[in-house]
Amino acid sequence: MPRIVVSLADFDVAAELERLQADAGAVASFVGVVRGQVGGRPLAALTLEHYPGMTEATLTEIAETAMARWQLTDCTIIHRVGRLAPGARIVLAAAASAHRADALAATAFLIDWLKTDAPFWKREDFVDGATQWVDARDDDILSRNRW
Amino acid sequence: MKILYFAWLRERIGLAEEEIDLPAEVTTVGALADYLAGRGPAYARAFAARQTIKAAVDQRFVPPETPLAGAAEIAFFPPFTGG
Repeated sequence: MPRIVVSLADFDVAAELERLQADAGAVASFVGVVRGQVGGRPLAALTLEHYPGMTEATLTEIAETAMARWQLTDCTIIHRVGRLAPGARIVLAAAASAHRADALAATAFLIDWLKTDAPFWKREDFVDGATQWVDARDDDILSRNRW
Repeated sequence: MKILYFAWLRERIGLAEEEIDLPAEVTTVGALADYLAGRGPAYARAFAARQTIKAAVDQRFVPPETPLAGAAEIAFFPPFTGG
């Protein structure tokens, strides 16, 4: 049963990975972190907005797709929302399996599909007071479509 | 009908959501975007980059030709940028 969390609060990476170890031989994970600058311009914070309801439903569908495509014992997607300072964790995608290949592939799938299919939006809030909504990247579509 | 706006659409329109009684001739998601764009300067500015704007009907991602019949909640937003 995939674990899906959308929250203002931070998450404990070690505790989340330990939770996935039950019945597994391999646990793979991806953690996304707020950068301190964008193109050399210092960032004060990243503000994450989402579509409550649709977000959780979409993440559940992505996780269930991963469970059906790979031999996983379990997987987890945690995504934070709200205002996050540089260095803060944004997202955890993790997958557990009997062997590494499925865990690694499913983890990449989870984060690639999350980026293009889950209703989150990032705004960069710069130290100089300017704000800028992040544009979607063509690279992200290519990454999604390799699966 | 309940209309939701997210990210820069929300900021440009100055509203996160509103209730609208639709004219009978507005029957698809694309037609609704055209109708909203005509509601004033803030809406016109928000919907100017029409090719970029995506939509969901009752929390399902849909293309512009999707009919509105039976829908309770329509959302407009830019492409997703999470992760």
